[in-house]
Amino acid sequence: MVRLFLIGLIFGITLTMGEVISWFRIQEMFRFDSFHMYGVIGGAVFGGVLFNLAARRFNWAALQGKPLDIYNYEFGWKRYLLGGTVFGMGWALTGACPGPLFISIGAGFYPILLAIMGALLGTFLYGMVQRHLPH
Amino acid sequence: MTLHSFDPWPWFVTGPVISIVMVTLLLIGKRFGLSSNLRTLCSVAGAGKFAEYFRFDWRSQTWNLVFVAGTIAGGAIAKGLMLKPEGVALNPETANALKAMGIEDAGTAYAPSLLFGADAWNHPLSLLLLVVGGVLVGFGTRWANGCTSGHAISGLSSLQWPSLIAVVGFFTGGLFVSYFILPTLLPLL
Repeated sequence: MVRLFLIGLIFGITLTMGEVISWFRIQEMFRFDSFHMYGVIGGAVFGGVLFNLAARRFNWAALQGKPLDIYNYEFGWKRYLLGGTVFGMGWALTGACPGPLFISIGAGFYPILLAIMGALLGTFLYGMVQRHLPH
Repeated sequence: MTLHSFDPWPWFVTGPVISIVMVTLLLIGKRFGLSSNLRTLCSVAGAGKFAEYFRFDWRSQTWNLVFVAGTIAGGAIAKGLMLKPEGVALNPETANALKAMGIEDAGTAYAPSLLFGADAWNHPLSLLLLVVGGVLVGFGTRWANGCTSGHAISGLSSLQWPSLIAVVGFFTGGLFVSYFILPTLLPLL
């Protein structure tokens, strides 16, 4: 658990130092005015692709020999496109995806607490209407 | 080492460190996904009484809540101790466009004070924007079963089509709000 806290700590420091939690940087991204956010996400994906290819090629496992817990998304498109679009609207409004939502409290942007309460409410609403939505 | 003496990190530092975080989580038998914590928190609060979706063994996910606690501490250390006080060096095009919409600290602040500073509490519309935006983030990420960490980073890294579709959705929604909603909404704040 201490280990997980420390990995989280590094992630929080990184997103704050890299200005990923800045509402301004997210607007700049959606306005295509800067390479910064594309470099951050693209750089993270590039490193991740290299790891995944190597892990498959060399059969890497997690510590204690457990298989890597790589989530396999169910095939389909509706929930990804529709849910993704709803999330994208929220991302542009608040400038925060779920990571930055929490990191912003630490950084002292306290009104974000309202967005967190909203996100919990939105999650609850999804749970209530899930069965009626296309997936 | 003096306080507030660090420049912001460029993308070629930030991006790779995010990869390292994802890989480290995988190597210790966990995975990188932030939005699932929203479901866990609802379950902890007792939402299982109302919907099947929240009836699962949330205790198996406490490790991820500990991770989140770490990220909050990280934000406090980075913003409170490390980062230089200068704001985000935005592209002047973005800064000027936002200034024209009434966001006067674009280009000089880290985040707009109208939304994230003490000013926000005096602007009901700012608070409403945050709540509504939050609802969309929670509802959308759970519907899509992932956010930027789960889909854009973990999913694209493992070359999954559903994640690419989700990212197309992220941008569809984000561009719609940025070009059609914010230009009307921000001047009203």
